[in-house]
Parts: sequence; C-alpha cells; structure tokens
Amino acid sequence: MSATSSSPSDIRPGRTTDPALRGPVARPGSRLLHRMVWLRLSLLLSAPLAWMLLVYVVALAALLITSLWSVDSLTSEIDRTWTFDNFRTLLDNEVYRTVTFRTLGVALAVTVIDVAIALPIAFYMAKIASPRVRRMLVVAVLTPLWASYLVKVFSWRVVLSEGGLADWTGLGSPGYGLTAVIITQAYIWLPYVILPIFASLERVPDSLLEAAGDLGAPSGMVMRSIVFPLLVPGIVAGAIFSFSLTMGDYITVNIVGGANQMLGNLVYINAGAANNLPLAAAIAMIPIVVMLVLLTAIRRTGALDNL
Amino acid sequence: MKNTLRKGRVAAACLTLLSVSVLSACGSGDDDKKTEAVEKIGKTEGKVSILAWPGYVEDGSNDPAVDWVSAFEEETGCEVTSKSYGTSDEAFNLAKSGEYDVIAASGDLSLRLVASKEAQAINTDLVPNYANVYDFLKNTEWNTVDGKNYGVPHGYGANLLMFNKKNFAEAPTSWGAVFDKAELERNKGKVTAYDSPIYIADAALYLMKTQPELEIENPYALDQEQLDAAVALLKEQRQYVGEYWSDYLKEIQAFETGDSVVGTTWQVIKNNIKNKDVDVTLPTEGATAWNDTWMLSSQAKNPNCAYKWMDYILSPEANAQATEYFGEAPNSPEACAKTVDPKHCETFHAGDQEYAEQLWFWRTPVKECLDGRTDVECTDYAQWTEAWTEIKG
Repeated sequence: MSATSSSPSDIRPGRTTDPALRGPVARPGSRLLHRMVWLRLSLLLSAPLAWMLLVYVVALAALLITSLWSVDSLTSEIDRTWTFDNFRTLLDNEVYRTVTFRTLGVALAVTVIDVAIALPIAFYMAKIASPRVRRMLVVAVLTPLWASYLVKVFSWRVVLSEGGLADWTGLGSPGYGLTAVIITQAYIWLPYVILPIFASLERVPDSLLEAAGDLGAPSGMVMRSIVFPLLVPGIVAGAIFSFSLTMGDYITVNIVGGANQMLGNLVYINAGAANNLPLAAAIAMIPIVVMLVLLTAIRRTGALDNL
Repeated sequence: MKNTLRKGRVAAACLTLLSVSVLSACGSGDDDKKTEAVEKIGKTEGKVSILAWPGYVEDGSNDPAVDWVSAFEEETGCEVTSKSYGTSDEAFNLAKSGEYDVIAASGDLSLRLVASKEAQAINTDLVPNYANVYDFLKNTEWNTVDGKNYGVPHGYGANLLMFNKKNFAEAPTSWGAVFDKAELERNKGKVTAYDSPIYIADAALYLMKTQPELEIENPYALDQEQLDAAVALLKEQRQYVGEYWSDYLKEIQAFETGDSVVGTTWQVIKNNIKNKDVDVTLPTEGATAWNDTWMLSSQAKNPNCAYKWMDYILSPEANAQATEYFGEAPNSPEACAKTVDPKHCETFHAGDQEYAEQLWFWRTPVKECLDGRTDVECTDYAQWTEAWTEIKG
C-alpha cells in the first residue's frame, strides 16, 4: 500500500535513467518497507493468507460446526443446539458404512488402474521417446483436460449404453454400474497421474541407468532398485490425486453408475434434496478424515519429503 | 515447540468463533420476507424470474412450435427468465435462495414453502382468470392454509407407467410391472424409478391395493410398520433397478437406447421419446400424481410481473398450451376448449372430480397422519429421506 502512495510528480521522464538526478535515498515508502521486514512480509502474504484462511480453514471449521447441528424436518430450519446425532446416525446405520467402503473400493480401483497405465506411458515419454514425440505425447495427455468434465462423462454414458460403441466394437458393455464408474473415473483422472510420474522420471539421470547397464544389471533389476525408488514420490502424488478426486466425485456415478450411490451422492441428496445440511456436513467429514489418515500414513513412510 | 502449539490452539479457537459468528449472521435473513398478500398491483418491473417443472415455461428454445412465453413478454413487457427442476426437494432449495419470483409447486412442496415462510399469500382478486378455475381445485389443502390462498392452481396429472413394447408380450396394466417379483425378473437391470423419497408413496399405493391387511388408507400417511413394508418392497425392487432418474433428459436417453424398458414417468417425457416402441399407461391401481400451484415467493423482487404471469398462465390459451404440452389436465373448462387435441381433456379426465379422487396427489408426509388417524404417529419426510438412502443402499 505505502509503496504506491508516493506522489505522481516523482514520475518524470528521464529522472530514473539519470543516476545523478535520482538523489541519494529511495522514496519514503520503499525506505519504510526496507527497514520493517515484518511489514514487507505481512503486506506480501496477507492477501493469499486471508484467502487460504477463508477458503480452506474457515470452510472446514464451518463444516465441522454444521455437522454438530440438526434440522427441523418440515420447515428445514437449522436447529443450532449441539448434538452428536448426525455422527451417531453415521455409525449406527449400516448403509453409510456400505457406501463408505464402496467409495473407497472404487477410489482404490481407479488409483491402481491409473498407476498401472501411467507408469509405462510416463516411462516411454521420459526415457525412450524422441523430444518431438515427447512433446506430442505431453500435448496428447493434456488435451482431454481441455474438454468439459460433463461432456466426457456423458460420452462414456453413450459409449457404454445398450447398442453403444462398446457394444458394437464387440468388446461388450458392462452396463451402467460400478464397473462403468471405475472405467470413466480412471479415464478422467489419468492425466493427473501421468504428469507427476512423468515429471519425476525426467529427473532420474540417464547416467544412472547407463552405469547400471555397464555394471551388468538386468533391466528388471534396474527398474526395481534404481528407477522405482526414485519414482515413489511421483507415484504417491499421482495416486493421491486420483484417489481423492474419485472419492469426492458424485456426478460420474449419477450418470453412469446405474442405481449405485457413493459418498458424494449422499452429501448431494442430503444437501440438495433432503435439506439436511448438518447430516450432509457430517457425511462430508468421512472423506476428509480418510484423507487425513491416509496422508499421515504416507508422510510416515517419507514419500512426501521430496515431492 | 510448546509455544507454537499454544499459538495454534489460540488461532483455532479464534477461527471457530469467527466461523460461528459468520454462520449465525447468515442464518438471520428473514427480515425481507413478505408473507402477507398485496392489495393492488403496481407498475410492472420489466422482468420476472420463474422456477418451474420442465415444460411449464416454454419460450420456443426447445421446440420452436412450443412457445407461450413470447406472447406474455409482448403483452406485459415482463421479460421472463426461468429455471426448471427435477424434484420438489431441489426446488425447495432453489426457492429458498430468493432468486425466483414465481414458483410452480406440487403438493409436496407448497406446504413446505408456506411453513418456512417462503410463500406470499395471493390476493386472488388480482388474478382475473382465477374465476375460471374448477371449483374443486380451489381452496384445497395444498394451496390454502388457515383460509389464506398461497397460490393459484395450474393443472394436475398422474405419474404414469412407461414401458417398451418389445419387452412385453402384452401391454402391462398394473404397477406389478415394477413391483411384482415375477414381472421384474424378466427385465432385470432395465427397470427405472423416480429418484426421490416421494417415490415411496408409489410402493405404498401398490401395497394399499395388493395387501389390504396393512390397512394403508393414504400412501402419504404411513405409520412405521407400513413404511417398513413399503421399504421392504422397494429394496426388493432395487435388485432389478438399472438406474434411478430425476433428470428427465437422462430417462429420455435411457428409454431411447433401451437401457431402461419399464418404469415410472411423466407424459412429457414420453412425448419427447422418438423410439416408437415406448408407450405409457395409467395402471389400474390408480397412481400417485401431482397437482401444481403457482406460488409467489415471499422474497419476490418483481411481484407485479409475477402477478401478471400468474394471471397469464391461468388464461385459457396459455393454460391449454402448457398443460397439453406437459401432458396433464388443464385447470378450467375454458382451457379445455382451447386444446389442440379436442380429446385432451377427456384423456386426462380434466374436471372429472371422481377420477381426480382416484389419484393420490403428492403431499409432504408429516408426523400428524394425513388420513386422520390419531392413535398412531405417522412417519415424516425426514424419515422417508433416510429410508430412501437405505433403499438405494
């Protein structure tokens, strides 16, 4: 703020280009900022920090607080007395457990499939392809991200429908259901897995691979004991993306999931249909807790250190 | 280390306080809600925002031949913006946002809007076309509370059974097609159902006709035991359901490709399906149905244009077009005279009070039994919602 408060008369043509005319000291604003390190820092960080606080921390706190309220069924007014009823419902009612495990299962399957597909592609892109082909492959991986999410999911709905593309290519369609959800989600999040693995593979020096080859290590061993350990941070990053993105999704399962529901759907119907925001908030805490536990576990292994 | 820990705690406490105050500040916005009826219509505002079922506010953008909004805009100078919704629950949330002046509400929504002070009482003297409306649609329990009118009737119709002729040797005539195990077995994975807790009433209606020992008198007044029976029936049905629908476009596509071959529907959906094998019927058990009301939001920013719209959509010409397009009974004998298909009102039994009594219009289930029983407590909509989550599993 204070840096911009200097008078406009300072800005005169030729003044800054001529060191003799500039004078021995800087403008008062700059001087102040130079002396007060904390002021400089807080001015620089206040906007992004406020944003972080509002968007992430306050929102999370609001979510937690809302989950401790309840709702009047006819008028849908929120009753602001503290209660653990919502969490009790989550624990007592079997359906929430089933849905949680189903969601985790789908997220896990999507992650495994994505990593399995991404590893060879990323390896080819980083180590084998010529620079020209590599550039083209990067573009090819990134292009789907430019298309709307909904368009991609609806395309899969058409592909997997009766008499759709999957049927006529002779592959057969699994029909709408969890398999369809896994296929669609694996397709949608694939770029998010390829890119971090590709980036960490690029950082593996070719000289290491050559040295291993010179010393007579078979290619399997090179992979296992040199490439893979260096790749772990990239794989973990990609896996976190695909896992968390799948866990929060509710649109794909709505469109190609048949009659199945996932955690996101439960949040959606409680917020959008049943007007039970407190219960929706309580359900939304499930994936948050799962991710926190998962991230802590991963941190313990040290895989996050060189991310 | 200890110091930073304490700092962290203080910060967390501050944040909690902050968010509580922000949340409670947001909750107290009732001041600008006006629930009393107005005495006269003022100058029109030049625009009106409408929330309605799909097919109620057509301006020709879906089908150039289907347009009754343009005439209204020309006549009154009120420019219409509209949004359509898939379930009453969705509409309730949208209505609470205060962005809409007029809302087309079914019986399971209208009372909730009144109870939460989202609806403004209507001065029917300011809606000249109200005089035409069938008397049995006026002052009903879903548009009138404590003698005050909270809306003007639009039209009514039934939730029909849609099926693909290829999958049935002869056309089904009973809801058994979606509830009877033997019938379901033939279309496993291709059955569809409406994705809203209110669909529980469809199962209750079927039980009412097939299992008299449950003594269901009204599908919207279920005690715990009756609700359990309906839930059990729906859980059995769930094994055969391919997908649930609430987005009507999704159902249209599923029936066109054959991913769904039997299930509940609206006439307007059938009208939009190009597959010639798909047909609809009103089963012998009767059906759940809707009876829609045009309501005025208590937060309406354009109440004068809103009154103009209500009068316009009640006019015989507009009502005939809108109800014929959606596939429901118009609200007045004058509108029946204006339909393109001269038999439209006969098909939908418009004005036939006896027939209308066979239809179970959507209501919001509440603890106080709607069928007048006082010896038991009925299940309310929150319980239905919970049950619905369980049914889908």
